[in-house]
Amino acid sequence: MTNTTDVPAVDVHSVSRIFAARKGPGVTALDDVSLTVAPGEFVSLIGPSGCGKSTLLRLVADLDVPTSGSIEVFGKPARQARIDQDYGIAFQQAGLLPWRTVAGNIELPLELHGVGKATRRRRAAELITLVGLADFASHYPDQLSGGMQQRVAIARSLAESPSLLLMDEPFGALDEMTRERMQNELVRICVETRAAVVFVTHSIPEAVFLSNRVVVMSPRPGRIRSIVSVGLGDMSGRSEDLRENEGFFHSLSEVRDLLHGDAAAPTGAQGVETR
Amino acid sequence: MRTSQPRLVQTVLAPIVFGVAVIALWQALITGLGIKAFILPAPFAIGAEFAGNLNNVASGMAVTGRNSLIGLIIGALFGITLAILAALARLLDEMVAPVVAALSVVPIVALAPVLYTMFGAGAETARQLVAALAVFVPVYFNTLKGLRQVRPVHRDLMRAYAVTSWQATRAVTLPTALPYVFTGLRVASSLAVISALIAEYFGGPVGGLGKSITSAASSSNYGLAWAYVLGSIILGLLFYCAALAVEKLVTRRSGG
Repeated sequence: MTNTTDVPAVDVHSVSRIFAARKGPGVTALDDVSLTVAPGEFVSLIGPSGCGKSTLLRLVADLDVPTSGSIEVFGKPARQARIDQDYGIAFQQAGLLPWRTVAGNIELPLELHGVGKATRRRRAAELITLVGLADFASHYPDQLSGGMQQRVAIARSLAESPSLLLMDEPFGALDEMTRERMQNELVRICVETRAAVVFVTHSIPEAVFLSNRVVVMSPRPGRIRSIVSVGLGDMSGRSEDLRENEGFFHSLSEVRDLLHGDAAAPTGAQGVETR
Repeated sequence: MRTSQPRLVQTVLAPIVFGVAVIALWQALITGLGIKAFILPAPFAIGAEFAGNLNNVASGMAVTGRNSLIGLIIGALFGITLAILAALARLLDEMVAPVVAALSVVPIVALAPVLYTMFGAGAETARQLVAALAVFVPVYFNTLKGLRQVRPVHRDLMRAYAVTSWQATRAVTLPTALPYVFTGLRVASSLAVISALIAEYFGGPVGGLGKSITSAASSSNYGLAWAYVLGSIILGLLFYCAALAVEKLVTRRSGG
């Protein structure tokens, strides 16, 4: 994992993804999308359903292949980055293996990649503490709440200390209170791990609270409408107070206007890159 | 848990009470109405025959049980192996599907006479094969279904981990399929006993429960015939409970 300062964590270059239909021209999920994510940067993808934000994430993860264009992760093709395990990933569903304990689930990627038992144990214990589940290490997923399962999934995605985290609406199925708590935890985890994050969401406050930049996407065909730089300062300074902050509200309405208003160019466009 | 005590009473005591009541009523009706033994023997008479011929019944159970077990193992091995192959190769699945479907509608014990001529009337092979065929169908279908239950999120995860397909099979596919395999085996376990037993009606060597039932009945020894029927019920229950116990043990934690 050689991420020298110049090499971006993710470099998406004019990528399109067209899903073939049985008849007709097919569905254009993404149309000529370009995006760069710097190392350590937190970027959210936001947009209505069908705007291709999850597709874009899957392409970066090499779970799917673009129809045209290229994707590089830490300077390598996405496929190579996947094989080299340069990223950790978490999905909307926790996707834990029900026959493994919390610790067993977190150890899964380490085990599959041949990490020794003692190292595995130690790492799992660290991560369990990090996500605040120390009392639940030997529980099975069906004994945990949805929020706890999601925390296990996040711990699992961090198991191999990736420099890039890909998250596809990981808090989408959680209630609002759990969600905000998980966001606070994610901010803390990101500060500790210094990983770059690509975060798919359809919650505006979530995107603004977490991100350095929010990528606003529009549907059919999926395109990047605009990129909003959230001027809320360093991640380490983010806490619950931020949700009451004026800058927070400003960015919130900026993203909202971009999502709802069509052509209306946002005023005070400083910090907004319009493509 | 405190709630387990009333549940224990319900699940254990209630059926026992019911069973005792039915047997008492049965006995009362037979003696009260003077029903002849060839129509229906009294439960105590059956019990007496069962106790008096315990060795014969037990050896019958051993013969039929052995055939059933061999059939169960052969049929299960074939069913699981073929299902794994079918899950791996779509083409094989499409080739095999009609054959298995045809097999599942054939009353398999009807093959017994043909198999006796194939393998000789002195061998138990025909019975074991009948049991194996009966077992094969539910095991094959359940295993195949189980192998297709891998959740998309788990498939994505395995791809993200860039593991070999064998690693993914071991980590996710097989554990996901396991409960289905055992459901198939549980269904198959009683089928194995039933098929092995019924196959005895069509010929072959004596000694098993099926033959013993027919010979006892044809010599008007109705109490004894029923004692063997009781033996078959016990054998069937043994197989079923053993399969159920293994299923519970293996799949404690795989509820989707």
